[in-house]
Amino acid sequence: MGGKLFAVIVILIALASAVPIINHTFLGATVAPPEDISTHGAEIDKQLDETMVEAGLSFLAAQLVLGFFVWQFGGRKNGPLKNFPGGAKYLVIAALLLVGAEAIALGAMGTKAWAKVYFQPASADALPIQVQAGQFAFYFRYPGPDGKFGGIHPEKIDEGNANFFGLDPENDIPARDDITSGELVVPVNKEVHLMMHAKDVGHSFYVRELRIQQDFVPGLDLALHFTATKIGKYEIVCTQLCGLGHYNMKAYLSVVSQDDFDKWLKSQAN
Amino acid sequence: MSQTSVQAAHHTAPTGFIRKHVFSLDHKVIGIQYYGLALVAVVTGMVLSWIMRIHLVWPNSPIPGLQFLSKVGAPGGVVTPEYYLSLMTMHGTLMVFFVLTNAPFAAFGNYFLPIQIGAEDMAFPRFNMMSFWTTFVAFCILISAFFVGDGPPLSGWTAYAPLSAVGPDSGPGQGLGQTLWGLSIFVFCIASLLGSLNFIATTLDLRTKGMTLARMPICTWAWFITSCISLLAFAVLMPACLLLILDRIAGTSFFVPSGLNVSDHLQPHQGGSPLLWQHLFWFFGHPEVYIAILPAIGIVTHILINSMRKPMLSHRVLIYCMMAIGFLSYMVWGHHMFLSGMNPFSALVFSFPTLMITIPATIMTLIWLGSLYGSNLRINAASLFCLGFISMFVSGGVSGFFLAQPSIDIYLHATYFVVGHFHMVMGVAAIFGVFAGTYFWFPKATGRMMNETLGRLHFWFSFIGTYCIFMPFHYLGLAGNVRRYSAFTDDFLVPLVPVHKFITYAALFTGAAQLIFIFNLFYSRFKGAPAAANPWEATSLEWSTPSSPPPFDNFAGQHPVVYHDPYQYGVKTASGADYVMQTSPEKILTT
Amino acid sequence: MATTLQPPQTKLERKTRPNDGGIGGGFRLLVPEAGDLRAVADPKGEPTRTGIWVGLAAIAMTFAALTSALYVREGAATDWHHIVLPPILWFNTVALIASSVTLELAWKQVAAFMRGQISSRSRAMLWLNLTLILGLLFVIGQYVAWLKLRAQGLYLPTNPNSSFFYLLTGVHAVHVLGGLGGLSRVQLKFRGIAGPLRRSTMDATSYYWHFMGSLWLYLLFILWLKL
Repeated sequence: MGGKLFAVIVILIALASAVPIINHTFLGATVAPPEDISTHGAEIDKQLDETMVEAGLSFLAAQLVLGFFVWQFGGRKNGPLKNFPGGAKYLVIAALLLVGAEAIALGAMGTKAWAKVYFQPASADALPIQVQAGQFAFYFRYPGPDGKFGGIHPEKIDEGNANFFGLDPENDIPARDDITSGELVVPVNKEVHLMMHAKDVGHSFYVRELRIQQDFVPGLDLALHFTATKIGKYEIVCTQLCGLGHYNMKAYLSVVSQDDFDKWLKSQAN
Repeated sequence: MSQTSVQAAHHTAPTGFIRKHVFSLDHKVIGIQYYGLALVAVVTGMVLSWIMRIHLVWPNSPIPGLQFLSKVGAPGGVVTPEYYLSLMTMHGTLMVFFVLTNAPFAAFGNYFLPIQIGAEDMAFPRFNMMSFWTTFVAFCILISAFFVGDGPPLSGWTAYAPLSAVGPDSGPGQGLGQTLWGLSIFVFCIASLLGSLNFIATTLDLRTKGMTLARMPICTWAWFITSCISLLAFAVLMPACLLLILDRIAGTSFFVPSGLNVSDHLQPHQGGSPLLWQHLFWFFGHPEVYIAILPAIGIVTHILINSMRKPMLSHRVLIYCMMAIGFLSYMVWGHHMFLSGMNPFSALVFSFPTLMITIPATIMTLIWLGSLYGSNLRINAASLFCLGFISMFVSGGVSGFFLAQPSIDIYLHATYFVVGHFHMVMGVAAIFGVFAGTYFWFPKATGRMMNETLGRLHFWFSFIGTYCIFMPFHYLGLAGNVRRYSAFTDDFLVPLVPVHKFITYAALFTGAAQLIFIFNLFYSRFKGAPAAANPWEATSLEWSTPSSPPPFDNFAGQHPVVYHDPYQYGVKTASGADYVMQTSPEKILTT
Repeated sequence: MATTLQPPQTKLERKTRPNDGGIGGGFRLLVPEAGDLRAVADPKGEPTRTGIWVGLAAIAMTFAALTSALYVREGAATDWHHIVLPPILWFNTVALIASSVTLELAWKQVAAFMRGQISSRSRAMLWLNLTLILGLLFVIGQYVAWLKLRAQGLYLPTNPNSSFFYLLTGVHAVHVLGGLGGLSRVQLKFRGIAGPLRRSTMDATSYYWHFMGSLWLYLLFILWLKL
């Protein structure tokens, strides 16, 4: 009896698990990635879908076979013992071929998607913006008309006076026209070269809609580049445990038209 | 005096309560001690997880009594954001180290490995005793973090630098609490190394006559392979913890770079590398998760064979798969670091062996499934947990397939998808292996049976309950729900709270169901039905000891001789039984 | 070379072997007619020998981790200031290597005594004591090296080179102290104080000690190369 019950339950669980994956909803919430607004995200989404199909089918097949065999042979007393046709040999070969092929195919596909994000440097005319992550906020810096960033002096950081980056405009000329903002405003369809700086501990930069995520490592100069393709307001959240305010550490990404962006930048400079 | 009796008079029977039950050299007592410690750790860890889950969905509700554990961390019983992270850190540390390394490996392995190979005890009984008590000391040091300074550390069980290395500036609990954590893990490493040393020497050198390596039961193989992995992995974690402690108290800069402004304090460190910590930690950390799962694989396979009354399709292939997993586990640590800032090319290099580990795991799964075909599968609490293990191993393994690919990891890293993955394989599958082992071997260790009805009830609640808890974690991950958050206040997280509520209810229900197990365990110890010598009609040596529990030297001065391979089930015998014990000189009839 | 051996002197056996509950394992119990110590199997011996190899593997892994930490830290550093290794390190090295030689000599003498070829423990004790003294000299010399560095203003946190110097020599010295403990235990057993001396114990202790010597040569090389 226990065998048949197990078979029924495991099959029900497997089928029930698949439903939210197919429907993209669970208990009223949407449980799927949001719409992709990046230029490189399509490959990632395709990869995710392909993997979901293969993993999903493997999952269902395994659970169904488990349930089926337990239904048939669970509680069986003194029946003739049989070996699975072919024994271990064909199963090993099947595993090698199926999984091997899947792994190689997905690996190859994934390399392209990964390369687009990481192996191509930002183009020369990408908009340079610097982001500093610190406990517990993101600050962004635009280079201003001179196109140059002023130096960062950690000992000069003074949040009370809004000197988040520790700039020294008195002695450091390029720092004078730098624009600091608590919001990341970018023009639509323009590549952004985001230079990442960590002020204190490890943090991470994650925008779901842009399909990007990258850790900030104190002491390392890291960078991301992306192009946003849809105007709107999106959340940037920290995904690397950084202390008690980690859950609250976020900023907004505002993707606006080029005109709006120019207007905004001008207003910030004043 | 003959050579063999030199071995037999290895140690004389202990007398007195302390020698028999506290500072015992007997591997069986030490195994029970490890099990007991793991039980205390798992209950503590589980309670911590309840507090976490309650706080996540009812953040302003007080948890009665918590203010007595920490006035600062939970004023009026309401968990602060920092205390949530401290509880989370302790939950992870307790579960990974003191439960998953202790129970399937140290507890069951210590108890049954020597018996299964026909030895009187481990090769180094004094080291064995030291190894348990050192683990106990490590546990005490860890727990003391609850009661010192401003509480336990909040950097997670992974303790990434510089958060963990700069000291109290980075947050509450990052002072004394973090140093105690580092010290506790350092001591735990010593204990683990001693334990692994014992397992390896015992397996290689103390096998009785006729017990070749090929005739060892599969759980013995699993413990042996695990101890080899464990030896090399903990030997790397130890210096890593030492370096962390030095950065914290001696002003060195192994992991902390220059120019950090933490809470308006300029840190004095110069030139260290946070990535170095990650490399060292995960070089240990990835083999560690296989240390957690391989013994459970061994235990489940062993029990399943007995329940099916027929051997697996190939004993040898399963062992090769375990070896392959052990070997590959050392090559994949970078898959925890795809987005860490290490060279992006390395990500592809690490991704390949990670995907390749799927192959032995799939082969094992197919062999389990294929072996079920045509079997006479007995259904009882132990075998149900084995079947549940297979189901969970598949579920957890499949989600790993996503995370192994760096491009997908860009989206899923640090989300609940990861948390769902590792909880299914470690938090459920490995624990199911421990449950299966408990129900199966309880009669041998105590001479009594556990209550079968309660066992099945425990299984059904746990199986359905854990699916209800951890399957939705994957859905949350697909929605981008970030992990290690103490509250869900971001715009995109608020709509997901109903899912979290469902999970919390499931967690509390499943947690409560574990009380059935704990009750069963202790009740049966004293009032359980007396067990026959070999109630499961099993073949391996532990069922051939003269009593249950076995005498202090396991075989009452005799040295068993092994005549058969470990899984002679479904055979024809003169006595009519469908199995032959390894130590039985009885010949198997062909046709 | 005369190869006839005197048979074990049974009278000596009864006098010198304390009543150990029949655990046995002293060399004298196990000497076969042929008499060559190296050929004698020690029934409980195998696990001890396996155990020491396993333990040495773990120690090697620990130092591999520290070496890789050194390499990574150097790679990332802009603050790598080369230090001059204190000359006393060479003296310490000689002391440690010499102690391995004296240990081997001691081993031969111990074996000869156990086979009954010689009747006095004194030569074996001489070489054992020399080994202990040389080992102790090594540790003290390492401490002197530390003092020399401190005199130059190089402390543990001063710069990464000094950090690694203290770290590597310190961790090694701790293990050498453990080895000294093992050697002392062997000496006590040889004198008949702490139970019988098994061949496997003697072997394991000497493998450990020789490993400490080789490890030191490796560390010296790395320190010279990198720091």
